Amino acid sequence: MSLAPRNESEFAELLRDAAARAAPLRLVGSGSKGALGRPSAGEALSLSAFSGVRLYEPEELVLTAGAATSRAEIEALLDAHGQELAFEPIDFGALFGSAPGTLGGLVATGASGPRRIKAGALRDHLLGFRCVTGQGEIVKSGGRVMKNVTGYDLSKLVAGSLGTLAALTEVTLKILPKAESEATLLVAGLDEAQSLAALRKASQAPADASGLAMLPAGLRPLSLGRNVAAIRLEGPAISLQSRRDELVALLAPQGGAFETLDVEQSRGLWRRLRDAEPVAQAPGDVWRVSLAPTEGVRFVERVRAAGAAPIAHFYDWAGGLVWLCFEPAEDAQAGVLRPLAESFSGQATLLRASDEMRARVGVFQPKPSALAALTRRVKESFDPAHILERGRLCAEF
Amino acid sequence: MPLLMPTPEPQILSRRDEIVSRLRALLGGERVIADETARRAYDCDAFTMYRALPLVVALPENVAEVSAILALAQEMNVKVVPRGAGTSLSGGSMPLEDGILLAMGKFNRILEIDYENRCARVQPGVANLAISKSVEAQGFYYAPDPSSQIACSIGGNVAENAGGVHCLKYGLTTNNILGLEVVLMGGEIIRLGGKRLDCEPYDLLGLMTGSEGLLGVVTEVTVRLLRRPPLARALLLGFASVEAAARCVGGIISKGVIPAGLEMMDRATIDATECFQPCGYPQDAEAMLIVELDGTIAEVDYLVGVVAEIARNDGATTVRASTSDAERLRFWAGRKNAFPAVACIGPDYLCMDGTIPRGRLPEAMLGMEALAKKYALRVANVFHAGDGNLHPLILYDASMEGEMERAEALGADILRLCVSLGGVLTGEHGVGVEKRDLMGEMFSERDLEQQMRVKCAFDPQGRLNPGKVFPTLHRCAEFGAMHVRGGASPFPELPRF
Repeated sequence: MSLAPRNESEFAELLRDAAARAAPLRLVGSGSKGALGRPSAGEALSLSAFSGVRLYEPEELVLTAGAATSRAEIEALLDAHGQELAFEPIDFGALFGSAPGTLGGLVATGASGPRRIKAGALRDHLLGFRCVTGQGEIVKSGGRVMKNVTGYDLSKLVAGSLGTLAALTEVTLKILPKAESEATLLVAGLDEAQSLAALRKASQAPADASGLAMLPAGLRPLSLGRNVAAIRLEGPAISLQSRRDELVALLAPQGGAFETLDVEQSRGLWRRLRDAEPVAQAPGDVWRVSLAPTEGVRFVERVRAAGAAPIAHFYDWAGGLVWLCFEPAEDAQAGVLRPLAESFSGQATLLRASDEMRARVGVFQPKPSALAALTRRVKESFDPAHILERGRLCAEF
Repeated sequence: MPLLMPTPEPQILSRRDEIVSRLRALLGGERVIADETARRAYDCDAFTMYRALPLVVALPENVAEVSAILALAQEMNVKVVPRGAGTSLSGGSMPLEDGILLAMGKFNRILEIDYENRCARVQPGVANLAISKSVEAQGFYYAPDPSSQIACSIGGNVAENAGGVHCLKYGLTTNNILGLEVVLMGGEIIRLGGKRLDCEPYDLLGLMTGSEGLLGVVTEVTVRLLRRPPLARALLLGFASVEAAARCVGGIISKGVIPAGLEMMDRATIDATECFQPCGYPQDAEAMLIVELDGTIAEVDYLVGVVAEIARNDGATTVRASTSDAERLRFWAGRKNAFPAVACIGPDYLCMDGTIPRGRLPEAMLGMEALAKKYALRVANVFHAGDGNLHPLILYDASMEGEMERAEALGADILRLCVSLGGVLTGEHGVGVEKRDLMGEMFSERDLEQQMRVKCAFDPQGRLNPGKVFPTLHRCAEFGAMHVRGGASPFPELPRF
């Protein structure tokens, strides 16, 4: 039976007790993200009591909700007001076959999608939170206003921390209006390097693209016979045609065949790219590599040259994000990817692999020693007894 | 209430000559300022109400020197105060009499401009505006634009998480930087982020931004560059009441329009600016909005129409849309000169920086009016209406006995009012020493203790910029207290600080 505190003070008492016994705990919202990060040890602790929307003021662009509020509920509510989570968080369902999960789970994974290049990541939209720390103290940080520099920005720390610092009970997010319309310009038939060069060129153009992805030939979900670069334009419908035309004029000299997806097709495509479907559908270990956009293609070339040919891969963020899927290997290709990612000043995250594999080779890019030591001190400033999600981030804590 | 700073430590003051000579051994003679007259130039930043003569000023010019200075400071247990261009409005770089002032002005080079990756690597002493200037010929710019941007340094912007008038659409500093090189107390050099977008846990880059020089010293910044939109147009909207103007702001945003800039000025500020530099602001308006829209031509022209219609429906008494860039800049001229204009009628003013939920603006204005009456002072308001960031300018006369103290007390009450309306103490100027003693209005002891624990993770001796942000100083050991049962410390192998 899992522990299920009914309110923050019970929760705090429970964590103080666990800290005194150094007894590890796993934080469970809806249980959708257990396959992310290293497997963690400990008794399950349900956050289900901390659910429900507390405040939603569309005109103020702000929403406060309990951490266990379901993502689906939030998205339906925002949609009804023509608004959305602008950072376009990935739904891990395609990768893990899991449910969409909770708001707290989103924050814990720091998820952000294709629109990251324009709208920022989850960390850029987390205005404030309430939590219980690993010491069992109820702490709040930030606020509900857009612009706030009062005290340290602890929101950045908890975003993407996989619950290893504190158990969130309530989060406040900046919400933005949905674009009135969208369209996607496809450029087909260039090789990978040319396709990504075209995306980088588009990224410097005034057209203000909100998605810049490249799909190699044959990949689902498009199943096209040729490489495709996809450029998403969002905004008032009246602006889309001229922005598209400017891009075509800019990119035409480099060759390729142009095609335009209408609003429905465009939404469908970016939904699947957001959820990493092109690699999720391939059977194997999945990596997410973040690096400077100019390095994306070279990185994949070097991976191939090292004898680790991916069975599927695609690029987002104009080449700054590479998704790769490999056939099962003894170390999930960590021995190839991590040193390469380091040499490109990037970071490689093992997003999908068996529990045993993630425990053995780890999930995140190893850090230089001074940074690793600082990271540990930050962890211990919230959770000195290492009770929250022990082992989730790294073997040391 | 007078500002109390940590008492200068006699054992440091008495070792001043030794500290100076150790610094000179690292930097040479010229870049260590020990002479009192020369040090006097550094005795405050743009928060000029309080001053202190620094123990010594060090001017490093590379990361190895910063590292060596911080290692020395740790070894000799000396405090260090980092300083950029000295434009902080909250006293973030106010010196300490027993502390080394680490002036980063010699870090003034743009190291790399990388258009393909849309970023630039710069040293922290580079002025904010200099970044945009260096890339404008290619059609790019760096988005955050604090009003001091001609002078303020990017390193200081990182320390304070500086904003500007375009934050609602383009974000603050924290949303526009990708990487940092940081030197920790003790001299360790770490790199956070880089030219990539993903940030693996923990996001120390985000934590460092806005940490007011208490966690580490920034020695390099990678900033995002944005493409300058092809067109920007502004609307000048006049309203018969603050409520009507506030309603219009809500109407614009609920229509799904996110303007690049959305500023409000009240009657007092309009009068002051029109007196200082007439730029045709509506004389019959109780409140005025400047709404700037940017993007492609088709988009901007369309949105100008949308906003104008919303304004008319909300009873705007003046609706003017710029038809040339010169006209747009004229609309802005008064707003940009609002502070000097107010200073003209002041003669002195105190600039506050609270943020409130935008919808509470009418209450905030009424509350401020009542408070101003109580303290017998005048308040003029400029308001980043899009993001709720309020800049009440409290007018006073420093030559009148007791007026400065009254102005400070009124300012504190205004910030309390902001917090009571669901807002915060500071939107973009930082806590520094100015709002330090008000932190308890917004945070509980527990909240502040957690922030101080984070500080301890970076600086266990509490030597970096002490006396700022937190109303009380604690030794890090005080936070090590664990809840121990049965007399045994849990996890005995863990290091305790």
